[in-house]
Amino acid sequence: MGKYTEEQLEKELETQEYKYGFVTDIETEKAPIGLSEDIIRLISSKKNEPNWLLEYRLKAYNAWLTMKEPEWAHVNYPKVNFQDIYYYAAPKPKKQLSSLDEVDSELLEMYDKLGISIDEQKKLSNVAVDIVMDSVSVKTTFQDTLAKLGIIFGSFSDAVQNHPELVKKYMGTIVPYTDNYYAALNAAVFTDGSFCYIPKGVKCPMELSTYFRINEAQTGQFERTLVVADQGSYVSYLEGCTAPMRDENQLHAAVVELIALDDAEIKYSTVQNWYPGDKEGKGGIYNFVTKRGLCEKNAKISWTQVETGSAVTWKYPSCILKGDNSVGEFYSVAVTNNFQQADTGTKMLHLGKNTKSTIISKGVSAGGSQNSYRGLVKINKNATNARNFSQCDSLLMGNKCGAHTFPYIEVDNKSAKVEHEATTSKIGEDQIFYCNQRGIDTESAIKLIVNGYAKDVLNKLPMEFAVEAQKLLAISLEGSVG
Amino acid sequence: MLSIKNLSASVDGTEILKGLNLEVNAGEVHAIMGPNGSGKSTLASVVAGKDDYEVLGEITLNGKDILELAPEERAAEGVFLAFQYPVEIPGVSNVNFLKTAVNDIRAYKGLPPMVAKDFLKMLKEKQALVELDKKLSSRSVNEGFSGGEKKRNEIFQMAMLNPKLAILDETDSGLDIDALRIVANGVNKLKSLDNATIVITHYQRLLDYIIPDFVHVLYDGKIIKSGTKELALELEEKGYDWLIKPEMAQ
Repeated sequence: MGKYTEEQLEKELETQEYKYGFVTDIETEKAPIGLSEDIIRLISSKKNEPNWLLEYRLKAYNAWLTMKEPEWAHVNYPKVNFQDIYYYAAPKPKKQLSSLDEVDSELLEMYDKLGISIDEQKKLSNVAVDIVMDSVSVKTTFQDTLAKLGIIFGSFSDAVQNHPELVKKYMGTIVPYTDNYYAALNAAVFTDGSFCYIPKGVKCPMELSTYFRINEAQTGQFERTLVVADQGSYVSYLEGCTAPMRDENQLHAAVVELIALDDAEIKYSTVQNWYPGDKEGKGGIYNFVTKRGLCEKNAKISWTQVETGSAVTWKYPSCILKGDNSVGEFYSVAVTNNFQQADTGTKMLHLGKNTKSTIISKGVSAGGSQNSYRGLVKINKNATNARNFSQCDSLLMGNKCGAHTFPYIEVDNKSAKVEHEATTSKIGEDQIFYCNQRGIDTESAIKLIVNGYAKDVLNKLPMEFAVEAQKLLAISLEGSVG
Repeated sequence: MLSIKNLSASVDGTEILKGLNLEVNAGEVHAIMGPNGSGKSTLASVVAGKDDYEVLGEITLNGKDILELAPEERAAEGVFLAFQYPVEIPGVSNVNFLKTAVNDIRAYKGLPPMVAKDFLKMLKEKQALVELDKKLSSRSVNEGFSGGEKKRNEIFQMAMLNPKLAILDETDSGLDIDALRIVANGVNKLKSLDNATIVITHYQRLLDYIIPDFVHVLYDGKIIKSGTKELALELEEKGYDWLIKPEMAQ
């Protein structure tokens, strides 16, 4: 990829607001609307699942029935009617595919629009992509190349069929179905997602990427991602998501589990761009996601997220630092505009000795939006010499939005060192005038200032995503200066 | 080049400039002096297009009325203000900032963006011109700069943008003698027959380095006296009172 210039960025920004809001006309197969044991049995049989997985789903469903929707987050939205959602929708394949060239032409067109042209993918060698549309994974690129290294990367359903022992061993170990309301729902009705296994000592030579797309109306997307990095391995994983513009609110309740065994490292990056709803706050995705990783000895997990989409976000990518000397990192930029609400942050649970965690959270609020950081740093009594550094910054634009910080710190070991820094600032009129005086108009000035503010986080993203993320930040703040 | 006629400016009903007139021709350096609160910085802000004022009167640049133009358009027309208190923009590198500025101004003039190679060449030349430490251009705009570095960075930006009219608002404040000399040298090197400079200052000292063609005394929103560089020396010696209250000087 060539060096990206500000001018190109400028050009691309000229017209767009939410450019992924189109609907692709593809025939889909849907299960009847609503949720029941029968629907779960149907999903399971559609996917030809082993009995243990069906049992797992049913246990999760029954647990979910007894649970209450969490209400502690600093968000406000009409309750979801869980009987008014389609839990299974899959693009109907015209026939069994034997190669990329046979993929449905409408699907191909959609990928082009999304900027993930499969033709391009064939040429590029640095990103392998798994695409999940509505409920199922439709295509994974570069599987063969990866297979030569023993890397398994593909849809969750394929993994259930081809590597049931791995799935059974790790699924639900980090986020059990009893964990929370949405995790239980996901465990009951998840339809697909990505699975990745990096064998011992293997450094994955390319970025692995999953692209999530909600297309159908009234569907929920419930995917599961499971990444297992075996001892001494390394993988960098990217996740992108978009959805059509619809007046209704759609539910996305995903579960992501990461397992980094001894000396392994997982970098997990997300650019979340679900449809945020319109300027009046109508429509948009409810993004209720549980993401958690486990670090064994000397292992490291980094979460990097750029959150610009969704009407409501409820998401706390976390690290369980179980092994001695393990490291957890969380880098986040969350932008809210118009009527968006975000309650996001992380949990760093220090269990092992000499464990270290870093949290850098940058919130940007504009319009009438509400943006909250919520984070827990917990140092257990055995976590001798644990270290944490947290920095939570908020940037406000205008005077109708809100920024909130809810840090929780629990320390049970006297040798711990925990630092927390927080700042709140407004984009200053003097900063904007300074840019104006140098010939830079106000929209560009804001783009510069916000990207500068978020730089520490954007720098953590792989190059391809960093460019995408910069554009997203600019787009989601467009029109926020009156 | 710059023609200001009967300019008045008020903020929240308080009039700060009260019918000011000033003519600046290409190739000239004008110094504006005056006691605190006389309206010097307001004049600079109003010419640059800061939004905070109710403005009446006329400002033209090379015959073009600029009063209705947005600040970025005035900048593109060739107005440059070296700020008294340069603003910090964390995370935005000087280079990126200037590239955006240079190319936005080019776009205003209908020119294509500058080729990266040419831009870097220009960057190096201008850095040398104002003796700016190379590492400052890769750092965030003014963030963590010393007072002197900030002022030098203003002159560096001025060199990069090559304005027709440069207004230096108390650029000498907070500078030690060496920094003052470097800043003044930069300004002198950028001087040409096609551009003009307005130097706003409290001290005659700067005018030893940047020799003005004209010196104006601004008091209570108006220019009350104009002269040549000797006027600055006289002010240094006698202060302002003899101009403000002529009867006391008798």
